[in-house]
Amino acid sequence: MRTLFVLLDKEFRQFFRNPFLPKMVIVFPLMVMFVIPWVATLDVRHIDVAVVDHDCSQTSRRIVAKVAASDCFTLRKTAGVYGAALRSLEDGEADVILEIPRGFERALTTAAPDRVSIAANGVNALKGSLGGQYLMAVVGETVAELAREQGRVPPDETLVVQNRYNPTLEYRYFMIPALMIMLLVMLCGFLPALNLVSEKEIGTIEQINVTPVGRLTFALAKLIPFWVIGLVVLGLTMVVARLVYGLAPAGSIPSIFLAAALFIFTMSGLGLGIANGSANMQQTMFVMFFFVMIFILMSGLVTPIESMPRWAQYISRFLPPSYFVDSMRALYLKGATLADLWMNYAALALFAVVFNGWAARSYRKQL
Amino acid sequence: MNNSEIILSVRELTKRFGTFTAVDRISFEVRRGEIFGFLGANGAGKTTAMRMLCGLSYPTAGFGTVAGYDIATQGEAIKRRIGYMSQRFSLYDDLTVMENIRLFGGIYGLSRREILRRAAELLRRLGFRGEARTRVGALPLGWKQKLAFAVATLHRPEVVFLDEPTGGVDPVTRRQFWELIYEAAAGGTTIFVTTHYMDEAEYCSRVSIMVDGRIRAIGTPAELKRQFAAESVDELFRSLARGAKRSE
Repeated sequence: MRTLFVLLDKEFRQFFRNPFLPKMVIVFPLMVMFVIPWVATLDVRHIDVAVVDHDCSQTSRRIVAKVAASDCFTLRKTAGVYGAALRSLEDGEADVILEIPRGFERALTTAAPDRVSIAANGVNALKGSLGGQYLMAVVGETVAELAREQGRVPPDETLVVQNRYNPTLEYRYFMIPALMIMLLVMLCGFLPALNLVSEKEIGTIEQINVTPVGRLTFALAKLIPFWVIGLVVLGLTMVVARLVYGLAPAGSIPSIFLAAALFIFTMSGLGLGIANGSANMQQTMFVMFFFVMIFILMSGLVTPIESMPRWAQYISRFLPPSYFVDSMRALYLKGATLADLWMNYAALALFAVVFNGWAARSYRKQL
Repeated sequence: MNNSEIILSVRELTKRFGTFTAVDRISFEVRRGEIFGFLGANGAGKTTAMRMLCGLSYPTAGFGTVAGYDIATQGEAIKRRIGYMSQRFSLYDDLTVMENIRLFGGIYGLSRREILRRAAELLRRLGFRGEARTRVGALPLGWKQKLAFAVATLHRPEVVFLDEPTGGVDPVTRRQFWELIYEAAAGGTTIFVTTHYMDEAEYCSRVSIMVDGRIRAIGTPAELKRQFAAESVDELFRSLARGAKRSE
């Protein structure tokens, strides 16, 4: 027990004496929390539109005016022929083309109305598909408005308005817990791994290996500082989320910290285990990046697990972050309780035991 | 010293890495309080042999005991009773002299008061009095080596293993370093040292010379010179090492 304190004393001294690490541990999370929620958003605005109006009727002009006035769109071009509009799409000037056929207004009053055609640029898939849907919504709205003004029943089969997306401010709230998780993955996974492998590179670990320090004691001395750092960073990001974005957790703070602690144990154990198996920094970094990439892309952090193919969903069950992502969103946004999420907590605890057991076992004093 | 107890003994000790035999069936004994010079050219297998004796590496075959414990199965018990100074300087550069002493003293279970007492004595002996709060990384190499030796013997080990402790150190500091070795040996600590300086070999109570993983000569410097009809250990070393097939 005393040996553990002696080693922890050493680790903390070295950490605070490092010219770079203490600053990074504070500045990196702050940067991420201040900048990323504003930029990493699926909230699409300012879609560039080219309009081809063959109808030149009251209805078509009203549609165009509405598009031009909308915050979602920027009206880039009004072309007389479709070819000209298509060229602006190809040049990247426009994201979507709205073509209103001749006789559109007249057709609205008859039984079989002509269809408005919308062509979207598929290169920027997100802007294209969302732009198309938004345009359809605008057209549908305008037609319905006019119909009501003229005392007709709005034709509902003309346009199928899909409004499945609601990418407004809520996306940011969706992102903030994800960013907290990414930070914990980076800090608590990479830092212990780099710390251990640097002792290997410098050769100081050999001096430790020739002493009677126990494996578990040594592993704990390497892990505990990063547990502390992880929880401090989480606290910091929660304060930023509250003060800057007005996002307070709907669930209880202790249950958030408990889930985070279990997750941090898991990540730091993984980092240490990888460092034990690596001979140098490059190896550690690449293996860590491999896992971090998979964790970030496959555990529901940015894209939902439900929309992955079935085989990928099976894989995601073996990724510790998927349980933490699910828990954090539920705790932060839905106000879930520990009782609702006990399965996730149990899974994380199991991962923590397995990974740390592996880390302590894979540390070899004797080759 | 002649009839005192055997502190270290190996029999047919072997280490293979794949098809390469780094240490090939070496056998020898070291008595308590001896300064045992473990000589050999680069790549002769000295460091590998020493790492097995310190419990850093498992032997492929053969037996060995250090301080009465089996090197293959009781490595951790051995580690409590030995000190080790590796070829690479391996104290913590970003900790101060005192912090390094406290760390290793604490690891070996010395009480806080005992650490302070020994540290004060050690700093005085090394002439480090003003340097307790200096970061080790800022010390000159010779000082670092002396400190590393002092830290390796802080817990009064029965045997201390020194792997080329004076490599790159100036002659004056080398001299001081050997004075420290003598002091420790006089206090009953057995010294097991590798070196490339043949004048240092002359200071040893006994030496062995390793060539291509095998021990080719073992005895007191005087005995060996007589046996091989050599003027000095240096000449003896050259004549044996010339036959080596591997280097580096």
